[in-house]
Amino acid sequence: MADNKQDDEILGKAYDSKLMKRLLTYIKPYKKYVIIAILLNIFVASLGPLRPYLTKVAIDDYIVHANYHGLMIIALLLFASLILQAVVQYFLTYYTQYLGQRTLYDIRTQIFEHTQKLALKYFDRTPIGRIVTRTTNDVESLSELFSSGIVMVFSDVFIIIWILVFMFSMDIPLSLVTLSVLPVLIYGTFLFRKKVRETYRDVRFHLARLNSYMQEHVTGMSVVQIFRKEKDELNKFSSINADHREANIKSIFYYALFFPGVELLSSIAIALIIWYGGGEVVQKSVGIGDLFAFIQFTEMFFRPIRDLSEKYNIMQTSMASSERIFKLLDNDTFIKNPENPIKLNGVKGDIQFKDVWFAYDDENYVLKNINFNINPGETVAIVGHTGAGKSTLINILTRFYDINKGSVLLDGIDIRKVDKRDLRKYISIVLQDVFLFSGTVESNINMDNDEISLEKIIHSAKTVGADKFISNLPNKYSEEVKERGATLSVGQKQLISFARALAYDPKILILDEATSSIDTETEQLIQSAIEKLLVGRTAIVIAHRLSTIQNADKIIVLHKGEIREIGNHQELLAKRGIYYKLYQLQYKDQELRKSN
Amino acid sequence: MKNLLTLKKYFIKYKTKLLWGMLFILISNAMTVYLPILLKDSINEIQKNATSSILLNYALLIVGTSIVAGVFRYLIRQTIIVVSREIEYDLRGDFWEHIQKLPLKYFQNNSTGNIMSHATNDINAVRGFIGPAVMYSIDTVIRLVIVVAIMISLNFTLTIYALLPLPILSYGVYRVGKLIHEKYTKIQENFSQLTTRAQENFSGIRVIKSYVREANEIKRWNELSQEFLRKNMNLVRIQSLIMPILTIITGISIIVVIWVGGIKVIDGEMNLGEMAAFVMYLSILIWPVIAFGWVMNIIQQAEASMKRLNKILNEPYEIQDSSSTDLSVKELKGEIELRNVSFKYLESLPDVLIDVNLNIPIGSTLAIIGHTGSGKTSLINLIPRLYDVTSGELFIDGKNVKNIPLDVLRTNVAVVQQESFLFSDSVYGNLSYGLRETDKLRVEEVSRIANFDRDVQSFPNGYDTMVGERGITFSGGQKQRASLARALATNPKILILDDSFSAVDTHTEEEILKNLKEFMKNRTSIIISHRISTVKDADKIVVLENGRITEQGTHSELVGQNGIYAELHYKQLLEKELEELN
Repeated sequence: MADNKQDDEILGKAYDSKLMKRLLTYIKPYKKYVIIAILLNIFVASLGPLRPYLTKVAIDDYIVHANYHGLMIIALLLFASLILQAVVQYFLTYYTQYLGQRTLYDIRTQIFEHTQKLALKYFDRTPIGRIVTRTTNDVESLSELFSSGIVMVFSDVFIIIWILVFMFSMDIPLSLVTLSVLPVLIYGTFLFRKKVRETYRDVRFHLARLNSYMQEHVTGMSVVQIFRKEKDELNKFSSINADHREANIKSIFYYALFFPGVELLSSIAIALIIWYGGGEVVQKSVGIGDLFAFIQFTEMFFRPIRDLSEKYNIMQTSMASSERIFKLLDNDTFIKNPENPIKLNGVKGDIQFKDVWFAYDDENYVLKNINFNINPGETVAIVGHTGAGKSTLINILTRFYDINKGSVLLDGIDIRKVDKRDLRKYISIVLQDVFLFSGTVESNINMDNDEISLEKIIHSAKTVGADKFISNLPNKYSEEVKERGATLSVGQKQLISFARALAYDPKILILDEATSSIDTETEQLIQSAIEKLLVGRTAIVIAHRLSTIQNADKIIVLHKGEIREIGNHQELLAKRGIYYKLYQLQYKDQELRKSN
Repeated sequence: MKNLLTLKKYFIKYKTKLLWGMLFILISNAMTVYLPILLKDSINEIQKNATSSILLNYALLIVGTSIVAGVFRYLIRQTIIVVSREIEYDLRGDFWEHIQKLPLKYFQNNSTGNIMSHATNDINAVRGFIGPAVMYSIDTVIRLVIVVAIMISLNFTLTIYALLPLPILSYGVYRVGKLIHEKYTKIQENFSQLTTRAQENFSGIRVIKSYVREANEIKRWNELSQEFLRKNMNLVRIQSLIMPILTIITGISIIVVIWVGGIKVIDGEMNLGEMAAFVMYLSILIWPVIAFGWVMNIIQQAEASMKRLNKILNEPYEIQDSSSTDLSVKELKGEIELRNVSFKYLESLPDVLIDVNLNIPIGSTLAIIGHTGSGKTSLINLIPRLYDVTSGELFIDGKNVKNIPLDVLRTNVAVVQQESFLFSDSVYGNLSYGLRETDKLRVEEVSRIANFDRDVQSFPNGYDTMVGERGITFSGGQKQRASLARALATNPKILILDDSFSAVDTHTEEEILKNLKEFMKNRTSIIISHRISTVKDADKIVVLENGRITEQGTHSELVGQNGIYAELHYKQLLEKELEELN
């Protein structure tokens, strides 16, 4: 259990100068403003402590001497300082928060930009939730550091300094007597923070246990019910729930002790002022107004001290988050672009694989010694059993992954010598698992690219036969598409992704066909769409449709990472090899269905 | 407040402690308000040139009064806030007890995240009402009454002037608090948009990269981020008001006391001591007045949360024992019969099972085969009453399942679900989940049958190894075999395997099936599978298609029928050949 606790609480150091330095670089663009904010803070910190001083003047100089006019002037001065303080306070808070939010914005956009450069390898290996957390939650937890942390420290420190300045300028011995409670207050506050932090950690630990218990058992509720374990689970839950309650009750103890403690300390200070200061008043060494002022000062110390003690928590969470953020920013899993990329011009679409070897993990080759070429305008069907390496071929051609050995040539140019963005402009991919983004039908076809006009979008949709169902949608091309295209059918999603590929008018088309399990009508639509899609371009199709295979110029049979057979449909069938078996397994039904 | 009335029973449960707490509030306030009186008297004494011993006396009295007040303040938190934690405990316990009894349907219609948010956020909001809100509202009212009474007795007009700003303060805090809550909710929405956008981008990164849309994605992200910045600044605009409002209003009261009070002192209507007392009373009042505005918001939020909780607490159990339950049924033998059974998940949805008739004799094995979505899992879920049939009847040992006590039914039926779910507990704990106590021998025995014992021996701590997040992660096959062992351990009369070998290789599967043969003697079993190899030895095989039984018979009978089963059989032979090909 003790070990688990530590696991939950890897918070790290409260201060790490390296991390801090790097964090501070983010406020550099706003340096001037930060300094102005700090200076204003120092100024406004003086206004609070000024008022008890003015009170003293009012009492000793005017009330005691029955001067109505002087009293009014002081009252107006007090009022003016109050208004000034409030106004400056407002703009200062607003302004520092603004700086903080700007900084967070900068960090958030920087992280996101960075993620867009990372290679697919990174995304394949990292749970998506984790990357999301870096760009969102971790940035948010820096919020306090930037919006209040850095600037407000100065404010807190200077409030204390100003109080001390005013007190000592009024009466040094009385100041010393009053301040005698201060060490206890500071010690008490920091001790309280520490204790609360500990109990809070305890509470959080038990809360995490409670939450993960509930999370787990809500997910596995059917198991609980099937095994009729409701009573036992309720007992277990109650014990965790009770631990959580006890931890909370323990933390109540410190709060219950601390707040009355602070009140007691301020009472002690007042008692000291009455006893010692009262004696001084009697001896006429200080005025009665000084007592008023000092009593008010004692109540001013508490807030800045408490704020300062809270800064520790802010620092700790900021350090932990920033460490994670920087780790992502330092990740350079990129597919490197060549320094002097060859510009692709008027690509013909001739593709050549030469002795290509590829492994995702540098050891287990998924593709072994792959050799083939595709002439411009040809359609090649890749077939193979699950795990043959079909999808890997796509990853390589688009440089989502770089190959280990051999070379892939486009029009005779090694694709690693080309800017990958340039390369991808000539290639469109249609994946089996269609990914639609939230937005509109239009934005899903042109991928939010304004250069692709609505006419072109409609034209593409018409060509692939998607226009018919889109026109029937209430808002046609502006119809909202929900996350992952939840409101559309599988067939509709596929047609949209075809239109998307066509709108980009690629030289080379890569199509990972979805296994046909849709109704016949849609199936026919899709078949004719595919035929139209393939016209006039080099195409590589991971084929699941008999019609596609039969129309292909060439069929490549992959088996366990190797090319085992190449030829056209009839030739391969005649061989009675792997293709023959695959045909029986996957394609024969379609022939039967067609002939029915 | 209607919904918060649900909490009445909890308040009654802890009424003694709560009453003590209120008494403590009264006492501590009595002490607190005495302090300014002491201050007033001592200042008046000072002006009369008091001796040092008189002053010391006052000083000690101030400290003493403060200590007594402090002790009772301590006790207030130890009663009222503690009670709030106790009620939170009770409420969460009741919530959980209720949740556990809800039918599976509820969990399929409500996401785990959703249920979790009720269990954490909503209960928390309600807790905030029980503790701080109750404490501060009682405290504020008591304090306000005593302090105002004393202030009026000291000087009526000055009291009116000094207190004038306070209701404005309270209302201001209430309004600002409400606005902050609203704006904050908007920010949360925007934040979840950011999260969704990031999620969507990272999930679709392949498409984005292949269409070279990274720059555009960055642009869109920045726009959304900008929007988030704007929403945040909207909140900041309001939030920044808090400190100035507090500064001005509390400051004004004190200035009023000094100015108006000062004039009165000069006029001889008041003395300086009374003025000091006024200043101190104001500082005593300010916090409760602020708290009051704040409490109003807590109450509103708690009410909304309680409403959501009540909605869950009022969900019907649906599947439970009823008056027609035959309590004399203590055990089951295992004969199952489905008579014209139809089933649909919701009234508005189409039938998942249509007019299914089946008879499974004691000790026999039934295999179900069919495409995804053909209704296989729905069918077996009816047997342990995870769902109830929509029409038709289901009998076990000739009794309608609805009349068999749920306890008896479920302890005699063991289901190994399609998606095996293990708890983060030890292997022993997990495998003996269905048993009263951990029975190590039994666990080891069933592990052998499920072909899981060799795996366990390879784990660092054998059967004591922790599973899940805090321990080792099982492979899909290990999970399936572990859940099989867990089901076997309960010694069920009816064993249901819902595609439980999908992640187990065919060779291991064969071994398990061999082991099970012995175990399954005298037990009724139902096996769902996609693999012919799993089902071929069953006493009877049924093919389910679109909720109807389309073929049934033994393996050899079905192969001869040249239907779906025969086709599946042929294809799987081919696949095997392909796999073995090098």
